[in-house]
Amino acid sequence: MGFLDTLLGRTKPVQPKLDDLFALPSAAIQLEAASAFKPTGSGSVCFRAVEGKTFTDIQKDVTDLLDMDAEKGTALPVEVTRDSYGFTWLVSNHMSDDIEGLVTDLHAVNSALVDNGFGPQLLCTLVAFRDDSNRRLGLVYLYKRGTFYPFAPVNERAQERDNTLEIQVKGLLADDLKIEQDLARWFPVWGAPGM
Amino acid sequence: MATRTRYASDKGLTVRMTATMFLLGLVFVAFVALIIGIMSAAHVSAAGIVFVAVIFGGGMAWLSLFYSDKIALATAGARLVTPQQAPELHAIVDRLCALADMDKPRVAIAPTRMMNAFATGRNSKNSVLCVTEGIMDGRLTNEELEGVLAHELSHVAHKDVQVMTIIAGLLVRFAFYSELFGGGRRGGNNSQAALLIPLIMLVSAVVYAVSFLLIRLLSRYRELAADRSGALLTGQPSALASALVKVSNSMQRIPTQDLRKAEPLNAFFFTPALRPNGSGLSNIFSTHPSLEKRLAELAKIQRQLGQVTPDQR
Repeated sequence: MGFLDTLLGRTKPVQPKLDDLFALPSAAIQLEAASAFKPTGSGSVCFRAVEGKTFTDIQKDVTDLLDMDAEKGTALPVEVTRDSYGFTWLVSNHMSDDIEGLVTDLHAVNSALVDNGFGPQLLCTLVAFRDDSNRRLGLVYLYKRGTFYPFAPVNERAQERDNTLEIQVKGLLADDLKIEQDLARWFPVWGAPGM
Repeated sequence: MATRTRYASDKGLTVRMTATMFLLGLVFVAFVALIIGIMSAAHVSAAGIVFVAVIFGGGMAWLSLFYSDKIALATAGARLVTPQQAPELHAIVDRLCALADMDKPRVAIAPTRMMNAFATGRNSKNSVLCVTEGIMDGRLTNEELEGVLAHELSHVAHKDVQVMTIIAGLLVRFAFYSELFGGGRRGGNNSQAALLIPLIMLVSAVVYAVSFLLIRLLSRYRELAADRSGALLTGQPSALASALVKVSNSMQRIPTQDLRKAEPLNAFFFTPALRPNGSGLSNIFSTHPSLEKRLAELAKIQRQLGQVTPDQR
């Protein structure tokens, strides 16, 4: 924020950065090669819905668009859930080897919101991974910063996360993804749909 | 490709705020010029009073800026809470900070039944977001609480504590100490100086009064600006509006004893704890705009967000 904006009490809503999301498929390959974590094929986009019909219409158009994939049989229908914090999650489920298709779906949601002027409402995107012993790992993409961070929930109720695993994944993917360097911004998304 | 935005800034508000700050600056310059003018006309060195007033005014402003978070927390009797102690509250703040791409402030809870919230601190790294136990007790829905927190985070983003302490607080203190020390030099060594002192005190008092009113005006504009940014951040102006209604209604039911205790924190609160009943004249002394005004502005934002085709940027 500029000096003038501060003086005048204005905030410019932050526009999302979308391009870095496309680094995900190659990062998934790297992760699979260097650890036991494989993509589950599901991923989600989380955004803050705006009140009013305009936004609801746009959201419906996006889900209709994505459900066309489902009719072709390459993916399951999109799930729409609202979490207890009032954020909306669109969950897209693909085959576990089709991470390209998943990222394309997620990007369709992003561009629909951005093209209609609702870009600042995007919060994060989450792509789920799992290893042989069923440990869960999410790669979370923060739209406003254009960075990724790992989120490994262990116990939702006790709100425990596996920091060791997260740091390890950070090291593994440092060359492939722009990892969020400020650890204070690795905020947990407990009970995120699509994990 | 031209990007489209639904988040145009409110030009009218910007103009009014600029005008207020310009007037404040004008008052300040005129005041210093007048003091120096009076002094030099009477062949007395201006250095004494101006120097002492600057040191005291600046020092107090610096102290209150530097310790604003600690002072406010201590006054409210609030304690900082960790994500383990208040997971829900922290989760809401986390999400809002990620949406707005800002540093997360520390989070505190004040043990009072009154429904309110405030944010303070000299910069985004050192700021504290404080809510009362009353606002967390379930009378507000999660969306309404989020609206309130978004409003407070906007105060942090706008750096309201710095702006109000530096621009506004400095001027008032400067005038106040000039008056004090102008009076303190009573019994000077010549008759011209004796005439001078009442004149300086008079000028200081007038400047104090005028700048006090202008600062109240500025404070009201900054509340509207925070409402606006908060509502745009969550995309739910109506949730903030209904929170405002609920919080101000509960204010009227609170017994006065609790309210008197809350007075020192008034300028930082979400809605003032002490609200004069009448409208009109009492409004110009108020740090917060009237509820009606705030609701009307939020309704405007609601229409703006609901436009079918957004404005070209």
